[in-house]
Amino acid sequence: MPLLEVKNLKTYFFTVRGIVRAVDNVSLSIGEGEVLGLAGESGCGKSTLGYSIMRLVPPPGRIVDGKIIFDGNDITRMSEHELRSKVRWKGISMVFQGAMNALNPVYTVGHQVAEPLIVHKGLTKHEALEHVKEALKMVGLSPEIVRRYPHELSGGMKQRVVIAMAIILRPKLIIADEPTTALDVVIQAQIMNLFKKLKRELKSSMIFITHDLSLLSELSDKIAIMYAGKIVEIGPSENVYTDPKHPYTQGLLRSIPRLHGKEKITWIPGVPPDLRRPPPGCRFHPRCPYAMDICKKEEPPFIEIDPGRFVACWLCVKR
Amino acid sequence: MNEESVDLTEKVSPNTVLVLKNVKKYFPVKRGILDVLLRKPVLYVKAVDGVSFCVETGEVFCLVGESGCGKTTTGRLITRLIKLTSGRILYKPKEETLEIAKAQGLNIDDRGFLDISFVKGPTDKALRRDIQMIFQDPYGSLDPRQTVYSALEEPLLIHKIGSSRNERYELVVKALEEVKLVPPEEFLGRFPHMLSGGQRQRVNIARALILRPKLIVADEPVSMLDVSIRAEILQLMLDLKESRRLTYIFITHDLAVASYICNKIAVMYLGKIVELGETRKVIDNPYHPYTKALIAAVPEPDPSNRFRIREVPIIGEVPSAVAIPSGCRFHTRCLYAMDICKRKEPPFIEVEPDHYVACWLHMKK
Repeated sequence: MPLLEVKNLKTYFFTVRGIVRAVDNVSLSIGEGEVLGLAGESGCGKSTLGYSIMRLVPPPGRIVDGKIIFDGNDITRMSEHELRSKVRWKGISMVFQGAMNALNPVYTVGHQVAEPLIVHKGLTKHEALEHVKEALKMVGLSPEIVRRYPHELSGGMKQRVVIAMAIILRPKLIIADEPTTALDVVIQAQIMNLFKKLKRELKSSMIFITHDLSLLSELSDKIAIMYAGKIVEIGPSENVYTDPKHPYTQGLLRSIPRLHGKEKITWIPGVPPDLRRPPPGCRFHPRCPYAMDICKKEEPPFIEIDPGRFVACWLCVKR
Repeated sequence: MNEESVDLTEKVSPNTVLVLKNVKKYFPVKRGILDVLLRKPVLYVKAVDGVSFCVETGEVFCLVGESGCGKTTTGRLITRLIKLTSGRILYKPKEETLEIAKAQGLNIDDRGFLDISFVKGPTDKALRRDIQMIFQDPYGSLDPRQTVYSALEEPLLIHKIGSSRNERYELVVKALEEVKLVPPEEFLGRFPHMLSGGQRQRVNIARALILRPKLIVADEPVSMLDVSIRAEILQLMLDLKESRRLTYIFITHDLAVASYICNKIAVMYLGKIVELGETRKVIDNPYHPYTKALIAAVPEPDPSNRFRIREVPIIGEVPSAVAIPSGCRFHTRCLYAMDICKRKEPPFIEVEPDHYVACWLHMKK
């Protein structure tokens, strides 16, 4: 049984100017120790999907329909109390986007990282600090920084502190939302190495969210590509990278500039649709080079073309 | 052992458009009242600490490095948004600008270069037309209360181009067409919030181009855009370079982007250029340990990478630009640091034709 199963999830934002269907009928699953990479352009709903799994969607957003089964329990049906005592941080933790600003400037690092231990595990402050030192060592920081304040740390160090915070309760699932944006390439590579190390040592599952497909390949066992609130392709990394099936995935992969390659890069023309009024049929059809008549009228089914490999495209439907 | 640094500025060709000669920019660190009373010395952030290079016409010259290496400051010095501390910036202006400079009695050398670092008056204004900048943040660099039309008309009004409203309208429409915001009429009345990130960056490019500049400093123009639209903006910039005969100074931290768009790469570290050369030479055959580390850190879209730790041959993090290490400024992070590196600054030498590096490891003769 997978660790996390998302079934037909719908998260909508009820704004004054209309309903934004940020996550629209998304299904996916993650096994124990597996890393799922979630990619897509900005505004495709990938962060909202992450927040939905934590049940942290800010208003006016709301989970409208669907199930999120984590460890056998449906998160969408839990009470706030149950969610806090069982799932949030203990079961699923998160490394937030812009983690540089996720730390509280007026508390020491030790105080902040220890907080979940005191709240969730009922440890005393002294005991908690010992655990914090362990966690800091694990993310490659010196234990002495427990007494430091966030402004005394560099960007890369702050990012490591935020990661230490996410692993402190040994959650089964970590959601990392663009954990390396705003970091320099060298620091980015070091943080990615840290994630690789944690993946091996802690064996926790991860959802890694980013728009950068090169970065995603550094960590993910499985790739899900999202477009306009829907997952258009999902499958094992090797298959998605070497043989992308959906025209959108193909376009994304062809737009990456390579360091040593000399091939010309191309791009996907146009802009993503307004999620309040998505186009009929396949949402990608206005930008798709292979759009057929049926694409404009009917939504393509999400079909399994190989075991564990799903694509939502009329080109892959055999008739 | 020949310890003389090569003077790149001597390699001026008839095609050269810009020369930086030992340019420095120091920012004083703000002192508290106590520091003043205790007569503590004024500290400086040495953002740019002796940078020299030449840029040829029609080239895409790239400055790469981590944040805080002084690449943006160098760009701002060239566009003269800030004044330099010492050094010289020589620029070969357009004919019109040259006329204005002559009329003002400025000294123009026999090769047609003008020292633009401290120019005042009408030449100053003319030079601002000549050298334009594209900024990094497409969200912050447009006034949210200005329509696209008014944002593009403003430079025309300031520089008194186009005598009538109709003429200016034509110029604005043409500029939008050039950056492929078509049909232009649809975009003229829009405010920045009604545009996507890519469209905003196109407006920024149009705004820089509308004054017909010769040199454009592009400061991380695609770093805040989605990967899927980066390629489109980069291609647009390359096309415009051809059609408008532009020269770019392209500032980026992303070596993959640099390798795609640039002819020449200068790698900066703590205010100095550590390696410079033709793009393919620098990327495929780097000499400086810092360049090697930067290249090793670039992620590639290959799923087998997840099974191996990416070795980045570098120690720790960038030191503060207030207290720059002695000798070679990279020695604190270098895996190959020797004794001499701590004591003496390495000269900038030509390791192979048109490929320069400042590192003691390559001073064998």
